[in-house]
Formats: sequence, structure tokens, C-alpha cells
Amino acid sequence: MKKIIALSLGAMLMGSAASAANLVYCSEGSPEGFDPALYTSGTTFDASARNVMNSLVEFKHGETETEPGLAESWEVSEDGLEYTFKLRQGVKFHTTDFFTPTRDLNADDVIFSFERQGSADSPYHAMTQGASYEYYNSMSMPDLIKSIEKIDDYTVKFVLNRPEAPMIANLAMPFASIGSKEYADQLIEAGTPELFNQQPIGTGPFKFVGYQKDAVIRFARNDDYWQEPAAIENLIFAITPDASVRFQKLKAGECHVMPYPNPADLEAMKSDPNINVVSREGLNVGYLAYNTKVAPFDKPEVRKALNQAIDKQAIVDGIFQGAGAPAKNPIPPTMWSYNDATVDDAYDPEAAKAALEAAGVTDLSMKIWAMPVQRPYNPNARRMAEMMQADLEKVGVKAEIVSYEWGEYLERSKAEDRDGAVLLGWTGDNGDPDNFLAVLLGCDAVGDANRAQWCNEEFDGIIKQAKEESDQAERTKLYEQAQIIFKEQAPWLTIAHSVVNEPISTKVQGYKIDPFGGHVFYGVSLTE
Amino acid sequence: MLSFLARRLLTFVPTFVGVTLIAFAFIRLLPGDPILLMAGERGVSAERYEQLRQQFGFDQPIWQQYLDYVAGIFQGDLGTSFVTKRPVLDEFMALFPATVELGLCAIILATLIGIPAGVIAAVNRGKFFDQALMSTALVGYSMPIFWWALLLIIVFSGWLGWTPVSGRMGLVYFINGPTGFMLIDSLLSGQSGAFRSAVAHLILPTVALATIPLAVIARQTRSAMLEVLGEDYVRTARAKGMSPVRVNGVHALRNALIPVVTVIGLSVGTLLAGAILTETIFSWPGIGKWMVDSIFRRDYQVVQGGLLLIALVVMIVNLLVDVLYGFINPKIRKG
Repeated sequence: MKKIIALSLGAMLMGSAASAANLVYCSEGSPEGFDPALYTSGTTFDASARNVMNSLVEFKHGETETEPGLAESWEVSEDGLEYTFKLRQGVKFHTTDFFTPTRDLNADDVIFSFERQGSADSPYHAMTQGASYEYYNSMSMPDLIKSIEKIDDYTVKFVLNRPEAPMIANLAMPFASIGSKEYADQLIEAGTPELFNQQPIGTGPFKFVGYQKDAVIRFARNDDYWQEPAAIENLIFAITPDASVRFQKLKAGECHVMPYPNPADLEAMKSDPNINVVSREGLNVGYLAYNTKVAPFDKPEVRKALNQAIDKQAIVDGIFQGAGAPAKNPIPPTMWSYNDATVDDAYDPEAAKAALEAAGVTDLSMKIWAMPVQRPYNPNARRMAEMMQADLEKVGVKAEIVSYEWGEYLERSKAEDRDGAVLLGWTGDNGDPDNFLAVLLGCDAVGDANRAQWCNEEFDGIIKQAKEESDQAERTKLYEQAQIIFKEQAPWLTIAHSVVNEPISTKVQGYKIDPFGGHVFYGVSLTE
Repeated sequence: MLSFLARRLLTFVPTFVGVTLIAFAFIRLLPGDPILLMAGERGVSAERYEQLRQQFGFDQPIWQQYLDYVAGIFQGDLGTSFVTKRPVLDEFMALFPATVELGLCAIILATLIGIPAGVIAAVNRGKFFDQALMSTALVGYSMPIFWWALLLIIVFSGWLGWTPVSGRMGLVYFINGPTGFMLIDSLLSGQSGAFRSAVAHLILPTVALATIPLAVIARQTRSAMLEVLGEDYVRTARAKGMSPVRVNGVHALRNALIPVVTVIGLSVGTLLAGAILTETIFSWPGIGKWMVDSIFRRDYQVVQGGLLLIALVVMIVNLLVDVLYGFINPKIRKG
């Protein structure tokens, strides 16, 4: 019986790429490689970590909360310094044309996956020529991890240098995917270590079949998956860089899911009976950061008055065209601990004018920095700055717009004595509020990613406490409190969270937008 | 003939040096630090930045970097992309056949239609066909490629459903090598329907890419023909009672072809430029898209290696065109 099913599925495969067993995803670009530890872009993670691999801890499908993955369970020591993970038994690495595993996943694979990134002495560190592990470094893992110890074949202990609650969320990130040590050893022995970044092996729901550069990536279902095997037999990424062409392909039935539609096409997509548009707020925030170290922006009342002067709704309507929602908190609503009780500074130019006068600010002129690039959290910074300029004009504030080349912009905007307010944004890495609040607003980040140069002792104390607390309910309370202080102090004008729109064929069932901006096809099925 | 070839090959040397200099300088003159661009909003610490600079060799003096690059070329090593971590030459060889296949089809289409159209227009000078053809050519020449390509997709793939929207081959076929040319590989693979699929996928991008060269070739053929048709020997041939087809098609055309061949040779450069847009729109995995991506990422090695290879191709094509002249017109060969 099984054979007959396999044969008929094979026949369907030959008949049409769009049959029930084959899901075609019109991806927007080519992956840089297939080793997620080497890269930071979502396009690469979609083709590797998110569909081919697993990590010790996983994000729940479509959520920012974590659940056990390759680790069945874990214990945290009293002092928050030791994390002991119990590994799941009987987990198989992929069997493919190019690799046949002889053993199941064990502690060696876990240690291998971290040591190759963290230790320059590891024989696996430079398997790929010119390898650098940017995410591992930017998440401060080298400072954080003191040692990783193998207790037995299925128990691994991580010892940290300081207590850090977001550690668990970090371990669910793509760079922390668990690879096969046995595969790495075989490649090194064969003298082809570079294949580690070209032909990935993981434990995930899909296994890698082949990649034709810039054209097609093929994956097949992993029938030995440690959870229920995926519903899709073949997963195909048809690389289609142009958004209008992706839409045409979706309409013609040449693909089932497409990312990043043109906002202008959304209406046509919604009215197409064969297309569903699924939407969700992205895990990001776009903001205008005042320099709180420079007068008069050092006064919260001045910052709040300027916030009131700017018509946020008009900006969101005009610039995001349905792909954005106004933001009031520094973290997005899809993230746990989002405090919906805070009240935003309402648009009120009269009150803004009065507040500025009361604060003794007259004839104010300022600079607005406009980013030179498009981002989901800010599709057109130049136009946004112009709208702000017009709004500020109405309350008697003169604004001048400045911009630099992107690398320069990021660097110069860090300066503590910077002149002007900066348009920028952030996309979450690990779904932990710490990843927004400490990274962007903590005292340690002044002169760096804290573009507001804002150091508030009360706020900073709370987020530091939350970082060391391992109980999530306690942490939630602390972060809710931090958001209230943020709102009172207003170091930023919070502008918008992007709204991710993804048109999918009506045949696709169970597809959820990933809050991290990824595209995950486990749990998705097709109807005929 | 041999000395002619030798002389032409000698001119390769200064061109080659110039290209290496330009390719090397161009990407570095663009503002933007590749490490900062790679890090983006996430940023990179000062120590890490220094480490990466050393790793990529950016801490070396600029002349040293240039010498390393040139020394590499002579050893057949064009460097390694610091994005994909793969050798530049391997990436080029994987993608180049796709561009060649599309470019050749476009040039063949443009020539097969452009030359007869130009001849007919010249013979019927001032008549309706001539005027219609020349205005169409002007429109074709001025159309933005991306707009025209998208229009073709919307009409022929979207409304009529005659051709696939984009890509190089139907997703049900597994074809990988040996030549990299889909038309040949699909035949060799023996998978039924693969060749048809390859042809169907080629039609729209070929039309989009051929449009501008077609317009140029038609106009060039027309004006060259008009010039030749006024020559004494054509009048003589006519006076002898030779059939118009023979006069126009053989005697006049052969002489008119010399400037046309020049134009076809030169349009190789234009084609490569047009390929950037055509390849992006039609998701065609060629070198155009690859170069653009690499420029945006400031992937120095790929840009300087890729530009060099592309320049080399253009130089070789121009050489071939020069040789071809010799066959068409012995005066050049001997002169």
C-alpha cells in the first residue's frame, strides 16, 4: 500500500509542480549559504535553520514564546548560571544522497554546534573559508558562555558568566541550530569542508535535495522526523526577486506562498478569489530618537510636546499604505509583556504649542535624520521626515532633513553629541523584550545602539532586574512597568510597527506568519 | 591574417590593465563600508570590526590589495565572495551559461527579424511599411525594459496563460548540467516535455531582451542599405536586368552588412546591461542579477572579479567581430 501511495505521489510530482504534495514558495532572494551560523539574513534562515534544522529550544509555531525542541527539558541553577539540558533520544539526522548518519543526535553534536562558533581553536571553526559568526558575536555569546560540558550522551550543561534570562530565547535562534558532528567529520576527511555551507544536514522536517544558484532550491519531507512528518512531500523555493512577478506567479498558480508584496498590489490580491492575504504585525518598531543629552531635548516635556505635534496616523496611512500600524510602545504587540494599558501622546498641535511655550522653548530649530534605505519598519524615511517637518512647522519648530550613506548613517547616529533626532528602527532577534528594551534603551547602550542616548536609572534598574529573573511571570510585570516609564519619559517618538502581509493561495492550509519574519512550512498542508 | 590577429591581441593588454584598475577602484569609490553594511542596525563592536577587517584583508594598504588582486588573476584565482564564501570563478561559471543562452537567443531573434525588416524598409523607402516599421523601432528603442518585460508577463502569462511567468525551467524537471545551456541539457536529459518547457520559459525574456537590439539593427540595416542602393554598381546591376531579389538580397546586402555587423558586435555590451533588468524580472539565474546583488552588498571580490570576466567576454566578442569583418570584406583583412 505504501508503495502505491509513493508511486502515485511520484506521478503527481511529474504531472504538475502544483499538485497536493508539492508546495512552491516564491522566495524573494537567494540564500547566501546554508549554514545559518554564518549569516544574519532571513532569506538564508528560511532555506536552512527554519525548515531544515532544529535547535535545543524552539519557538512555538507562529509565536515568540519558546518550547522544548531537541532538548526535552532543562533546569536552571539557583544562581542562574548553569543550564542543564536533557536531550531528546532517537532523533535522526537526515539521510540523503550525500550523507548517511550512523548514529542519533547526542551531546557531541550540541557541543560541536556551539564550539565551532565560539572557539577559534576548534577544528570546525574555519570549515568554510572566511567564516565569521556574526550572530553568535552580536548576541554577546562569547562573553556570556563560560563553558559547555557533556555530562553524558544525552545531557549537556551550559555554564554562564552572568545570569541572563534571555539565554533560552537565544538558543531558539537560527545561529543556535544543531548540526551533525559526524557529517562535519566526514566532510573534513573527504577534503571538502566547504560543503558544510552548501549541502546542509539537520534534524528538521525537510531535508535538502538541491540548489540551482539563483533559481530553485528543493527540499523533500523528512519521513524520520522526531515529530509527526510534514504534510508537504516536496518543498520548492522558486527564487523570484521582483514583487510584481511574484504576484503574477501566484495568480498563475506557479506558486502557493509569496513574501513581500508591493503595497500597491494588496487591493487586487484581496479581491482575487484564489488568494488569501494573511496579515500580522511584524516583530519590529520604527522610531524617531531624540538626543536626550542635548538641550532642549533633555526635558521630557519638550519631547512629549514634539510627539504631540506629529500626526502619526497620517504618517502611517501615507507611508505604509496598509503595511503598518501606529506604535505606542517600544516593543511590538506580538511580543509577550506588551503593555496595552499605556496611553499614547495624542496628536494635538495646539496642546503641543502650549507645552513648548510652558517649557520656555521658542524658535526651536532641529535636524531630522532620514535613513537612506527602505526597511519594513520604515518604507520611506525621506518622505516620513518631510511629513514630520510639515507638522513641526505648524507648531513653530523648524526642522531640517539630513541623510548619509547607510553605513555612515548608522555609525554617526551613535555619537553622544549628535545634532538632531534620528529615524531608525529595530527588528527582534529572539522574541525577548530584553532584545528591544536593553539593546535600544539601556544605559550600557548609550553611545551605541541607544540612539536617544537615554539613560534613566529607574528604567535601567528594572530591565537589569528582569534580565536576571528566570520566572517569566515576574519578568512580564517588570517589562510592563518599564514600558510605563518609557511612555512618561518619551525618549522616542514611537512611529509604527510594520504589518506583514503575505498573499497565499486558498489551497494552503495552516500557514502562519512567523513573527520573526521567517517562512516556516512545517504544519502547512495543501488541499486540491 | 595572423599578424592582424596578433596586433588585435596586443591591444588586449592595455585594455585588460585598465579594466582591472577600474573594477578595483570603482567598488571602493562607492561610499559604504562592507562590514558596516553586513552588520546593519545590529552594529558591530570596535574589536570585532578590527578582526573582520583583518580577516578580509582591508587593513592592508590599498596598493597591496590591488597587487594581491592582480597576482591572484595570474594564478587563475579571482578571490572568494565574502558573502557566499565560494570562489568567484565558480559562481561565474555556474551562472554565465544562463546569460549566454538568453543573450544568444536574443541576438539571433534580433538579427533574424531586424535585417530583413531593415532591407524591406529600405527598398520601400517612404512607403507605409517603411514608416510603420521605423516608428515601431523608435518605440521599441525607447521603451524601458522593466516596464516592457512586466507588460509581456501580464499579457502573455497572466491574461492569456500562454507562457510561464518566470524562471528557466518547469519545477517538475530536475536538470543539472552538463553544459549549463537549458535548451541542450533538456534534450540530453531525455525527460519528456523538458525541452518544450525550456523553450516556453525562454520566449518572453528573449523578446524583452531582443527589443532594443532589434530596433537598432533594423534602423542600421535600413540606412546602410539606402546608402548602398544609391551606388553605381547597384544601378549597373539593375540595368543589366538582374532580378530585384538578387540585387537587393545579394549584392547590396552584402556590402550593407559591414556596419550592421559592427552594431551587432557592439550590442553585446548593451545586451549584458539589458540582461541585468531582464534577468531580475524573469528570475533568470544569470550574471546580471549576480553583479547587482554584489554591488549592493559591496562584495568587493565578486564585483572586481565579475567585472573583469565580463570585460574579457566583451573583448573576445569584439575580436571575433573584427575577424568576421575580414571574411565579409577582404579590404580590412589585407589593409
